[in-house]
Amino acid sequence: MSRIPATFAALQAAGRKALIPFITAGDPDPAATVPLMHALVAGGADILELGVPFSDPMADGPTIQKSSERALKHGTGLRDVLAMVAEFRTSNSQTPVVLMGYANPIEAMGWDGFCAAAAGAGVDGVLTVDYPPEESAEFAAKCAAAGLDNIYLLAPTTPAARVEAVGRQARGFIYYVSLKGVTGAATLDLGEVAARLPAIRAATGLPVGVGFGIRDAETARQVGQVADAVVIGSRIVQEIESATPAERVERVRNFVAGVRAALDR
Amino acid sequence: MQMHDLPDARGHFGPYGGVFVAETLMAALDELRREYEAARQDPDFLAEFRHELRHYVGRPSPIYHARRWSEKLGGAQIYLKREDLNHTGAHKINNTIGQALLARRMGKKRVIAETGAGQHGVASATVAARYGMECVVYMGAEDVQRQSPNVFRMKLLGATVVAVESGSKTLKDALNEAMRDWVTNVESTFYILGTAAGPHPYPMLVRDFQCVIGDECKVQMNEMLGRQPDAVIACVGGGSNAIGIFHPYIPVEGVRLIGVEAGGDGIASGRHAAPLSAGTPGVLHGFRSYLMQDANGQVIETHSVSAGLDYPGVGPEHSWLKDNGRAEYVAINDDEALAAFHDLCRYEGIIPALESSHALAHAAKLAPTLDKDKVLLVNLSGRGDKDINTVARLAGIQL
Repeated sequence: MSRIPATFAALQAAGRKALIPFITAGDPDPAATVPLMHALVAGGADILELGVPFSDPMADGPTIQKSSERALKHGTGLRDVLAMVAEFRTSNSQTPVVLMGYANPIEAMGWDGFCAAAAGAGVDGVLTVDYPPEESAEFAAKCAAAGLDNIYLLAPTTPAARVEAVGRQARGFIYYVSLKGVTGAATLDLGEVAARLPAIRAATGLPVGVGFGIRDAETARQVGQVADAVVIGSRIVQEIESATPAERVERVRNFVAGVRAALDR
Repeated sequence: MQMHDLPDARGHFGPYGGVFVAETLMAALDELRREYEAARQDPDFLAEFRHELRHYVGRPSPIYHARRWSEKLGGAQIYLKREDLNHTGAHKINNTIGQALLARRMGKKRVIAETGAGQHGVASATVAARYGMECVVYMGAEDVQRQSPNVFRMKLLGATVVAVESGSKTLKDALNEAMRDWVTNVESTFYILGTAAGPHPYPMLVRDFQCVIGDECKVQMNEMLGRQPDAVIACVGGGSNAIGIFHPYIPVEGVRLIGVEAGGDGIASGRHAAPLSAGTPGVLHGFRSYLMQDANGQVIETHSVSAGLDYPGVGPEHSWLKDNGRAEYVAINDDEALAAFHDLCRYEGIIPALESSHALAHAAKLAPTLDKDKVLLVNLSGRGDKDINTVARLAGIQL
């Protein structure tokens, strides 16, 4: 059973916003990932987003592309990522984990096999960038049956009628892409985000997380004033990229703690 | 449902095709689909497309009986559909004209394209110049090195060429980067996709624009021989020249359709670009189709002497035609394609593209097994001037 709805309910009751950091599994090497997941939690993350490395990350900017390439150098595949989640679960049974990635690794594993393995490993949600609702109704049903939340993207370009259709199939939360572009691109338009979110919340009945283009604690704080959750990816991947192995875990924890503090201010 | 009525409303050819893209592009693809549906029923749009094909591209392209080569092979008669005689030297321009007219109709002033060997990039830069549009072409950094004359051609035509440094630095990465540009600039920009692949409606609209090849063949074969060919043979990378000549023949009984993939060093070597011959279905670049991938679903690097066939996927309609048996797909290795390249130079005075040489090589294999009254129609999809550096290098000659 997914831990995501209860997590949002608890945060809402406490008047807090969810902090959802993203890292790419296997970046820079397979052994780094589980300690980094614990560091994200220690820094104040509410939900973890774990990127599944893919050879052709079409929706990602250079920072996450390179993290995927580093992970693929060690051959980190979807099964390895699930093993990392299972290892994380041996000492954390609370924090929801969402897998974010592309369709083909899931296609290669098969929908039934993937859903069973992901649920067994302790995954809570799945966000597949190139599975729009039109192509993933059957997959979403299998996810739901396995207790996995299928999370969908909405974008500034999504027409209102489509928001409702996406909302009918979405579970867990909505991931609102805060800009036209790839991950880690230019800063977002806060006014546009603020204007869109109430209608999205009303139409989908789900909490809304905002991501793509959130680069610092102050932006996160501002987004937190209008959204239910803030997703930060490329900026954390940059911390991982620039840190030495010895300081990596601490730098990531400190960065996340800084965002947490701003979000709670 | 009849096979030639596909795709369905959401772009599916049986289990293949579809729209597998990030949410940001969904509205743009929907707009493109609506605009194209309107354009294809608009007599003015179709008349202008035909006018451009005739007066700018030089259509119809002739069909030529390769009599000396057929005699040398000693079997079926080989006829060549001369797409190499088109303006810019390949079939690619049929599609770029159609898409540029669509872009203009939609009020887009900036076009982008991906390219491997540079043929589609040149054809895109050409039409952008012709219609006064800004043009940016994404090309893998490896291909920029390998195909420098085409890079210069694109620049002469006013295009900006961006060398893509990510991934394997080839065609698939150029396509990723073009998609990223489109996501970022979706309101101002039209993406001119170069082959009958990508998310719906691209496989359908590229096919429709390229069907002029097969439509002409049906008329021309009838005029020349009073009959249709026994087999139609075309090379398949993404598969646009093949679907363009195959599609009008799908309902014609008795015509074999044979697609020829790039066998590289041989299928057994693993170094090839033949997803229909040795791949499995998967999702890449916005559609489901046969794909070259490993057990983890990672796309694997391809190999072919011909840069234009060096692509790990294939247009979804070909996957459908393979599964339902209407078309057959085979692979031709680098050395076989090169032998056919030299044969056509020497016996017919035609320098073919290395891509098209794969189709020629399969015709050369098939012809001797058939009677002399049988007819093989090969799509000579492009001319080989662009390949002389590659062929010289393989022969150890410095130009």
